[in-house]
Formats: sequence, structure tokens, C-alpha cells
Amino acid sequence: MAGVWVIAEQRDGEFRKITYEVASAAKKVADELGAEVTAVVLGQGMAGACANLGKYGVKKVLCVEGEAFAKYTTDAYSQAIAALAAEGAPDVILLGASMQGKDLGGRLAAKLDTSIAVDCTKLAVENGRLKATRPMYAGKVYADVAIKTNPQIASLRSNVFSILETGGEAAVENASPAIGEIKAKVVEEQKEAAGKIELTEAQVIVSGGRGMKDAEGFKVLEDLAGILKAAVGASRSAVDAGWRPQTDQVGQTGKVVTPNLYIACGISGAIQHLAGMASSKVIVAINKDADAPIHSKADFCVVGDLFNVVPKLTEEIKKIKAAG
Amino acid sequence: MNIVVCIKQVPDTEAQIKVAGGGKSIVTDDIKWVMNPYDEYGVEEALKLKEAQGGEVTVVGVGPKRVTESLRTALAMGADKAVLVEDANFYGADPIAAAKVLAAVIKGLNPDIIFFGQRAVDDDAGIAASAVAEYLGLPQLSTVIKLEIADGKAKATRPVEGMTLILEAPLPVVVTAQKGLNEPRYASLPGIMKAKKKPLEVKTLADLGLERADKLEVLALTPPPQRAAGKKIAGETPDELAANLAKALNEEAKAI
Repeated sequence: MAGVWVIAEQRDGEFRKITYEVASAAKKVADELGAEVTAVVLGQGMAGACANLGKYGVKKVLCVEGEAFAKYTTDAYSQAIAALAAEGAPDVILLGASMQGKDLGGRLAAKLDTSIAVDCTKLAVENGRLKATRPMYAGKVYADVAIKTNPQIASLRSNVFSILETGGEAAVENASPAIGEIKAKVVEEQKEAAGKIELTEAQVIVSGGRGMKDAEGFKVLEDLAGILKAAVGASRSAVDAGWRPQTDQVGQTGKVVTPNLYIACGISGAIQHLAGMASSKVIVAINKDADAPIHSKADFCVVGDLFNVVPKLTEEIKKIKAAG
Repeated sequence: MNIVVCIKQVPDTEAQIKVAGGGKSIVTDDIKWVMNPYDEYGVEEALKLKEAQGGEVTVVGVGPKRVTESLRTALAMGADKAVLVEDANFYGADPIAAAKVLAAVIKGLNPDIIFFGQRAVDDDAGIAASAVAEYLGLPQLSTVIKLEIADGKAKATRPVEGMTLILEAPLPVVVTAQKGLNEPRYASLPGIMKAKKKPLEVKTLADLGLERADKLEVLALTPPPQRAAGKKIAGETPDELAANLAKALNEEAKAI
């Protein structure tokens, strides 16, 4: 029987949000294929959390427990999943296009002698095969792709697939696939300050460009971001100027983001930046240059000096939030 | 230290991308082709490593004849030799199929370390490196912003969501370069002159005993969904602009 597998992603024993997004998408695909969803959970002390996946349409969980799986490593995870897939022969394997999923996907595809559609934003089933839609050239083009061999593997972009609680129970089965040597090991984890929101997972992003003038200029954006529980992003010019770290860069040579709300401040809108944020749901441009290309991509355009407008906007939003 | 850098040639990031007739490929007429920006970090790291510890840097590419230009750029930066697997139709191939070709070339070079850019900015897949690592039975260190090579080991700094990982792996190893790893050098004029005389070996898939075997198939390419024209927020003063914007976001867009 055809099967759709989900590779769950956990950190410190808790599922990451992407796991629920992927499980929900898998349920839809499985329904169209007349198949059931199996989740593969790797970790340590995950047994209790596994049954919870039933809520998102998972019928069966293969739980791989052990110290070697407590933290993600390419070697342990790819070997274990490949061994299980060789036995279980799923038609489709879905995982998150997170940093973990991006590291794992290609390796898994090579191991299973198939291919993978990376960072997909839409899934469909046509003639019993998966059709995946994925942005290319950072979103300048969208490609519909198919994989000719099974398992058909696809990784799904964060924040795109809705979490659907369809209800149900998942049967949890322990699995102990054999793994070989773990060559690449994690020797240290340096956690960032609590509360920092990752750009690729953020619901709201406040982003700054050359118009921020210097590193201190970003203070007004930090204040606005604080009120909106937003992540702060930056254009390539702001990063290249050394005002923000590279991890904050949005665009074709940075991160591609998909928030509900993207507020671009002092960003002119170079094509490589637009490519990285154009699939945000609502886009606001605040730029004193009325001819800046960013205005043509925005839903709401403010032609004005960001250093005057943004602090006022922060005050206005504070009022709205207070009024509830 | 025997170092390999894999290079992909891609459209410049400023390029407009249009879908070609037939709907399965892009219009390439007006494209300016460049070395994938992330691969430049790979080349730079290879050159730094060679300068510090000695050795040889080989750059490898697969694709049409034009890829020669990007390989020459790497040679002009300071790489020692290049290998091109020339195939006129290879652009747009399944990255896993490309990885098979690259792995076959790299195997013969017997490297200690293999660099890739963390992804190519055309197909945005970022999977060829890990597939090559798999085919060669090597560990992989992905999206790395700092790298130390000592005592037969690689120690890499890898930012992920909310934290930074420090990873260690024995050589030989596959490393993918993220922006921040280094500042790639420009090719100097003497470098460009010298590059013309450096060895660039051209092979075919047949030479490697391979046939192209794509498992990922492009069904259709489409332009991105068009956005409706935006609304200009009214207001004379910053106060009015801010108040009207907040109102629009709250009431119209329901985004705050």
C-alpha cells in the first residue's frame, strides 16, 4: 500500500512547528493518494510526544529512540531514515525545508537512489504522482516538478502550509534501524538570546536597507519589531555595510522569507531583495523616494522619511494593541 | 592539502528571468552568466587553506562550454587547475544527477576537502553537495561561516534557527560555504593573464562512463503570481502617515 512519510523535526525533545505543517500537508497528499501518513520521529525521550501527532492526521509513528538521535546529525538521521524507508517503501517522503531538512534531504535522496524537490510551496497529486511547486531564482520563477522514482521526496518551506488539526489517534511503534559510524559530530551548541525570532519562521518582519544610514539607525526598527513580535531583517547593502549580521539578510543571496507582514524601511528594492520577500502576504514599503522599485511590490506604500514615520507607527500600533 | 571546489555557473542575481517558449526552461539570450556567488566563498576558502597549509586547488564544473568562463575566473583568483565536464544540455539538470557526475570526477582527484557553495542561486536546491558526500562516503558540513582545518580534522561553525552549531568531522570532508565565511578576492590582472595558461581539462559524460539520468523532472515553469497594485497611504505629516498606515494594517489587511 502506498504510504506518505513525514520526517518529524524535534529540538530538545519538542517538535518544531514545521513538523505540524509537514504532517498537515502530508495528510492532504495521503488522502488524495488513498494512503495513510506515517511519521518518523528520531530523538531521545520522544515516546510521549509521538502520540500527539495523531491530531494532525498521522496514523502511525515510527519512533527511533537513542542517544545517537537526541540531536540531529546528518549521518545518524540519514542512515536511520534510509534503512526504515528501504524496508517500509513509502511512495512519498515529506520533510521541512528547515536548516535540518536542507542538510538531510539531498543525502537521503542520494541514499535512496531518488531525487528531491526542495523548499516547496505547494503540493498536488496528479495521476497518482506528487506534483510539487517550488520557487526558483529566489522566486523569479515557479517550477512544477515531479520525481520519477519512489520515494518521491519533497521538503516544504516554513510558514506556507497551514497546520490542520484533523483529529485522530496515532499508533506508536518503536523502531531500531542499524546505523554505522557518525563522522560529523556536534561538539557545541551556542544558543542565541531567548526570544530572538528566526526570519524564515517569523510571522512579521521589519526590514531595513541603505536608508537606515548606519547600525544605530536600526534602533527604530528594533522598537517597532518589539511591539509586533517581529524579526528584524536587512537588505544586502545594510549587511555589506556591516550594520547587521549576515544571518539577517533577506534576498536571493540571503534568506527567502514568507511572513504574514513584511515592512520594508529604507529599502529601494533591488531585484535580488524583491525576490526574497515577494511572497510575503502583506508588504509595506516606507521610503522617501516615491520612485523606489519597492513601492511597486508593496500593498501599502508610505512615501516619507522612515526616521519620522517609523517611531510614530510604533506609537500608533501600541495604541491599537492596548485597545485590543 | 588536495582541495577541490565545485563551481556552478548561474545567471547574475540582477538578471530578469523569463520563461522560454515550451514553458520548461528560461530565456538565456540576455543572461549575464557568473560564478554562483556562494561558490566564490568556496574558492576563497580553498585558496586561503592552500596559502596557509600548502597544496593544490582544482575547480570542477559541469555544463555547457560557457562554464569555462567561470572556471577561468576561479583560476584567475588563484586556483591551480580546472576540470569541465562539458555537456551542452546540462543546464537545468536534476542536481542529484549533477552530483553523480561531480562525484565521478572528484573521486579521481582524491581530495582532502571538497568545497561547494551552500546553494546555487538559480535552482536554489542546495542538494548536490550532500549527494556528492553520500556517493563518496564522506561526512558533510553544511552552510558554514567559519572553518578550521588541523590534525586531519575540520571544525566548522554552522548557524541554524536560533543557535549556532560547532561541528567536527575527519578529513576528507565536504564543506558548503555560506556568506560570511570570508571575503572573496577579485581576480587581479596578472592573475587573469596567468589563468589563460593554467590547465583546463575538458571531459564528456562518455569519458566518465556516465549517462545523464535525471529523476527530477520539470513539468512547467511559470512567472511568479502578480501582486495587485499597492495603495498609497495618504497623509501630509509623519503623524498622519503613521496613523493611516496603522489603521490600514489593522482594519484592511488585518495584519497586526
